[in-house]
Amino acid sequence: MTGALKGHGAGAPAEYYQRDRDLQPPAHTPIYKTSVMRSPRCSLISLDQGPGEITGPTFGHGDLQPGDNDLITNYAQDGLPIGPRMILHGRVLDENARPVPNTLVEIWQANAGGRYRHKKDTYLAPIDPNFGGCGRTLTDENGYYVFRTIKPGAYPWRNYVNSWRPAHIHVSVFGHSFSQRLITQLYFEGDPLIATCPIVNTIPDQAAIGQLIAKMDMNATVPMDAMAWKFDIVLRGRRSTLFENRPEGN
Amino acid sequence: MVQKLEYLRESASQTAGPYVHIGLAPGAAGFDIYERELGWDIAGPNAAGERITVTGTVIDGMGAPVKDVLLEAWQANAAGVYAHPEHPGEVEAGFRGWGRVITDFESGEWRFETVKPGAVTGADGRVHAPHINLWIVARGINIGLNTRLYFADEAEANAADPVLTGIEWEDRRATLVAARDERAEGQAYRFDIRLQGAGETVFFDI
Ligand SMILES: [Fe+3]
Repeated sequence: MTGALKGHGAGAPAEYYQRDRDLQPPAHTPIYKTSVMRSPRCSLISLDQGPGEITGPTFGHGDLQPGDNDLITNYAQDGLPIGPRMILHGRVLDENARPVPNTLVEIWQANAGGRYRHKKDTYLAPIDPNFGGCGRTLTDENGYYVFRTIKPGAYPWRNYVNSWRPAHIHVSVFGHSFSQRLITQLYFEGDPLIATCPIVNTIPDQAAIGQLIAKMDMNATVPMDAMAWKFDIVLRGRRSTLFENRPEGN
Repeated sequence: MVQKLEYLRESASQTAGPYVHIGLAPGAAGFDIYERELGWDIAGPNAAGERITVTGTVIDGMGAPVKDVLLEAWQANAAGVYAHPEHPGEVEAGFRGWGRVITDFESGEWRFETVKPGAVTGADGRVHAPHINLWIVARGINIGLNTRLYFADEAEANAADPVLTGIEWEDRRATLVAARDERAEGQAYRFDIRLQGAGETVFFDI
C-alpha cells in the first residue's frame, strides 16, 4: 500500500519555502580550494517536494543521555578540560520566526588549543585528555537549546600557505523535514579572523555571514563560572495554504 | 521605499569540514563517547521487506574517491510509509528509515544495510518508484548535496517515475540508478556518486 499525505487544512500538504541560493554559498568557490574538485558543475535539478522531502527523521529523549550537551563533563576522565568555560545557547527558528521544537542539534569543535580529537588532525597543539569535543541535545518546546563547553581555539589549515580558521563550533540541525537539514558553523563576535576566512567567505552575503556570528550574552553569563554566547539558528520556513483560516497567520 | 516582509532568512550553510565524524559519527570514527550512537540502524529488527546492502564511493572531479564523506539516508519502509507523523500509515516498531554512514578513511567506500523501500505516492497522486533519499556532506562541499538512489531491478517503476522522467537529459537519469552487485552475497547494490565531470550524478534543489 502507498499512502498519500495528510492534507493541511483543505489543500495539499504544505511545502517548505524555496532555499535562497543568493545567501547560501555556491558549490564552486575557488577561494576555498577543496571545493574546486568537489563541486557539481551541472545545475541542481529542481524537485517538487513530496513525502520524502517534507518528512524527516524524528528523535526523542530516549535517543540521548542527559549529559550529552555538557562538553565540559561528557568526556572528562580525571579532571576538567582546559580553556575558557562557556555557555552556548539560543533558539532554532524557522523563516516564519516560529520556534522549531524537539529537533536534534549536534555540535563538534576543537579544544581550547585548536586541536580536534581526530586521527586526521595533526596540528601540534595537544589533545586535551578531558575534552572530547562533541555534544548533542534536543530543542525544548520553545525551540530553545543550551550547551556547556570550552571556547575552541583558532587553528591553522592548508588553504593558502598561511590560513587560520577563526574560532568556530560546527552545528548540525535537522528541523522537521529532510529539506530543512542544515550543517553550519558558528563564529564568535569580535574575532578578527572571521573577515579573512575563505570558508566564511564562501557565503556571498554579508548579512548572512553576520547571522553566523554568536553574540556575547552577559545576561546569560554565569558569574565566576562561564561566559555565555547566544546563537539563533534559522531553518527554512513552511508555506501554509492561503486563505486557510489560521488565527496565527502565515 | 517598498514595504518590508517580516520573514527571517535561513542560516547559511558551511562545510561539514574534515572532522565531521567526531561530531556526527564518533563511534565510527573510533571515538567512544555516547552510549547510543544515532543512525547506524536504518530499518530496525522488525521491518518487513527485502534486506539489502548498498555500497558505493563518492568520486571527485579528478576521479579520486572522497575519503571524508558523511552520508545520510532517508527512506520509506517496504510499504512506502515514512516514519513521520505527517505520513499516514504505520511503520514497524524500531523502523526509523534514517541512517548515517561515513566512508572508510583508506578506501573511500561507504556501505549501509537496510530494507528495500516501497513505492511512494506523491502529493499530486503520482507514484514514485522505490528510492532512498541521500544527503552528502564533506570537506569542500559548501552545502549538503541531495540526491536519490533508485534500483536497477525496478526498471518498470523507474520508467514511470516522475522525477527520473522529468530529467531532461536522458543519459543523466542512469546516474541515480544503483546496479545489482552480483558478486556480493545477498541482495546487494552498488551506487557510486560522481561529484563532477563525466557522469556527474544528478543533484536536486529541493
Ligand atoms: Fe573546524
